[in-house]
Amino acid sequence: MMNSSFNWSRAFLYSVLVFFCLIYLMPLFVMVITSFKTLPDIKAGNLMSLPQDWVFGAWEKAWSSACTGVKCEGVKGYFFNSFQMVIPAVLLSTLLGAFNGYVVTKWQFRGSNLFFSLLLFGCFIPFQVILLPMAAMLGKLGLANTTAGLVIVHVIYGMAFTTLFFRNFYIGIPDELVKAAKLDGAGFFTIFFKILLPLSTPIIMVTIIWQFTSIWNDFLFGVVYSGSETQPITVALNNLVNTSTGVKEYNVDMAAAIIAALPTLLVYVLAGKYFVRGLTAGSVKG
Amino acid sequence: MERTVTAPTNRSAPQKSFADKLQHWLPKIVLAPTMLITVVCIYGFIFWTAALSMTNSRFLPSFKFVGFAQYEKLMENDRWMTSITNLAIFGVLFLVIAIVLGAFLAIFLDQNIRQEGAIRTIYLYPMALSFIVTGTAWKWILNPGLGIEKMMHDWGFVNFEFDWLVNSEMSVYTLVIAAVWQSSGFVMAMFLAGLRGIDSSIIKAAQIDGASLPTIYLKIILPCLRPVVFSAVIITSHIAIKSFDLVTALTSGGPGYSSDLPALFMYAHSFTRGQIGLGSASAMMMLGGILAILVPYLYSELREKK
Repeated sequence: MMNSSFNWSRAFLYSVLVFFCLIYLMPLFVMVITSFKTLPDIKAGNLMSLPQDWVFGAWEKAWSSACTGVKCEGVKGYFFNSFQMVIPAVLLSTLLGAFNGYVVTKWQFRGSNLFFSLLLFGCFIPFQVILLPMAAMLGKLGLANTTAGLVIVHVIYGMAFTTLFFRNFYIGIPDELVKAAKLDGAGFFTIFFKILLPLSTPIIMVTIIWQFTSIWNDFLFGVVYSGSETQPITVALNNLVNTSTGVKEYNVDMAAAIIAALPTLLVYVLAGKYFVRGLTAGSVKG
Repeated sequence: MERTVTAPTNRSAPQKSFADKLQHWLPKIVLAPTMLITVVCIYGFIFWTAALSMTNSRFLPSFKFVGFAQYEKLMENDRWMTSITNLAIFGVLFLVIAIVLGAFLAIFLDQNIRQEGAIRTIYLYPMALSFIVTGTAWKWILNPGLGIEKMMHDWGFVNFEFDWLVNSEMSVYTLVIAAVWQSSGFVMAMFLAGLRGIDSSIIKAAQIDGASLPTIYLKIILPCLRPVVFSAVIITSHIAIKSFDLVTALTSGGPGYSSDLPALFMYAHSFTRGQIGLGSASAMMMLGGILAILVPYLYSELREKK
């Protein structure tokens, strides 16, 4: 609002903003330095003290030999489990969302709006209310404790969001475009693949990033529907932290937590713009 | 409908009418799986859970109808009452602190700040983390022996005490700390988007009229941000009611069940304690809680549209 010559209110403004930067960064800083310490170093120093020697022992242990419950093979298997679950779930739910959004905006029929409202409600329900029946259904289908089962669950309950994203995007694309193509005789799929899809890159990015983050970070479905072989990383991390055999190894806990956080943090750093857009898409209208 | 159909369905005359029919039905066919899944896996399952909550199911679902007995048991259950009291404390504190902090940070950031993008990135990164990671990190930071307490002792504040994590009176407040850390940046982003959407000519006019900056914010900008406050309330209270991973990772509901929340209560009773009926009843109560917030919101939204 004013020019950049020094004045006290600007200095105050900046110091408050920087202070909060430090507050938000503190936990990450603590996690990183703790993960590079040895246990005696942790006992001798404090949260903010830098490691005496930077060692990778905790990282190696977290990755390949820490105990997560009964097994002591680190988190690496669960890290890959998460990818095996996330990739198909993200692709499927994004594809479905794109088609749904396309139909409810460009091919409306009687009842399609009602359907959209009904689906939207799915964004808001607490998932506790579907946990038990879903467990029963997965059991009946023979999908209990499988990655396929988890993928299905994430697709089903992610669809409301992906449809919402695409619907809000496609509603901004002029209907005339579609009408003209219809008059030229283009069919349902031709219009989608030749006209709408090429315009959809931004919303596809937003949706993929949103779905990737929320499915990777999910814990509730993971803990209820996965078996010991198919656990996602969040469940394994929680088991690792709560496994109480011998001395509590805070450095290993922190290394495992950073491993679990790395993929989503990376996505955030590389594509933060789309991430923020996804976050605000559902909440701030207009 | 006289035109020739090009592209994937360009065929000879008799098949054309079939192609036309197909075109007519395609949108419905494409939407059908989602409609079916929505009806079964959202509404059907809610109904199923509601039915379970009226049975005496324990380890396995049973179909002996007991009316509202599970709900009565729930109301007499100490752990449940603790968990909803905790939810009220946690929810209100989390909501108020996150919104006030988010609004302030957004207003501060909206003053032509250099490096605004970088600062925003820092405020918002916790949102990319899983609540399990957040809980694990804060569990270590708040560790009564080796965490903040020891750090303050090392820095010379010998009498500093911070045992909230193991103090059953205070453990619920540790959830507030971690949740605010994780989500306030998101609230900030919402407010910032709202601020950027306000017509700057109004503000300029007020400045010319001699209004001071705080007056401008209180009298002009905040009222414009009402919808943002509304959305922020909905979203944060929604996060609070659904909170399961954070409490699992940070306190596991402990010490005892002093920091229990409804979502954890539901999980424990349905999946580890063999009280499916009671668990279902608690799930229905959670749904009721969300509806109590959501329905008035949707109602006012729809009325504004008309």
